[in-house]
Amino acid sequence: MDKMDKMDRNIINILQTGFPLSEEPYAEVAVQLGITETELLNRLSRLLKEKTLTRFGPMYDAQKLGGAFSLVAIQVPEDDFDNVTEVVNSYPEVAHNYQRDHDFNMWYVLATETPEQIDEVNRDIERRTGLKVFNMPKLEEYFIGLQLRV
Amino acid sequence: MAQQTSQTGQEIVLDEFFLDDTDRKIIHATQSGLPLESRPYDLIAESIGITGNEVRQRMQNMQQQGIIRRIAAVPNHYALGYKGNGMTVWNVPDERIAELGKQVGALDFVSHCYQRPRYLPDWPYNLFAMVHAHNREEALLLVKKIADLLGEADGGHDVLFSTRILKKTGMRLLP
Repeated sequence: MDKMDKMDRNIINILQTGFPLSEEPYAEVAVQLGITETELLNRLSRLLKEKTLTRFGPMYDAQKLGGAFSLVAIQVPEDDFDNVTEVVNSYPEVAHNYQRDHDFNMWYVLATETPEQIDEVNRDIERRTGLKVFNMPKLEEYFIGLQLRV
Repeated sequence: MAQQTSQTGQEIVLDEFFLDDTDRKIIHATQSGLPLESRPYDLIAESIGITGNEVRQRMQNMQQQGIIRRIAAVPNHYALGYKGNGMTVWNVPDERIAELGKQVGALDFVSHCYQRPRYLPDWPYNLFAMVHAHNREEALLLVKKIADLLGEADGGHDVLFSTRILKKTGMRLLP
């Protein structure tokens, strides 16, 4: 972050809003930024390498591609936390898992090919940990895709 | 969700949109990112054996169908100085959630806004909104702003800050 200059920030701001589907899209964006295409590509490559940007490209709506997803919460006793983490993380269907400071202290995201598999994995985790899992799939989406100003 | 898998399991029908093998090849070729080359779509086209025009046309169709949300850079919140990332959760009346969800989602510091199921009495919250701030104190001010917006529709809320990433893998988009 300290290494970012004004142009890096301009690039991040402009590229969060979208990118053209044209023959030479980088050249097109570079003109808007007042730099050369080569400079844009070099900077973009560095921002990705330094992990200031996690990714650049089309953002697919995974759910529309046919998979099933869910957010799941568990109240894990502190003493048991490491063991439960190990069990939950052992499933390839668990894409993310976060600890949060709350009674519901473990939150994982399941990504499976079918809705039935969501229930199967959750039941299996309940059986192995003896803890109740709270399946909280998205029922409705109101907004996704904030653009952070930098 | 309106979708079916054919008997071969190869084709997915989404409403009236049909993803064929070529679309799926494009998705495979781009799901980890766009090539950092002068003519990125031509490069993808070359690897699939179609023209750059066809790649652009198909990606445009997918964008119109919402399969591609947008083509964009995804920042690492933390690296940009956003260290107060909280999952705010709200108990709002079910009959008003559509209207209120849209209002909360429209706030410029909310990145995702969803309705999720309650589990009474353990979990009374049905509206989730992710907020991004530079630190926790700033995040709590944003929570206050949402509470003010909801007014008497706020039947209780909480904010959960992440303390540790236990696992994070890239999601595979296609089986």
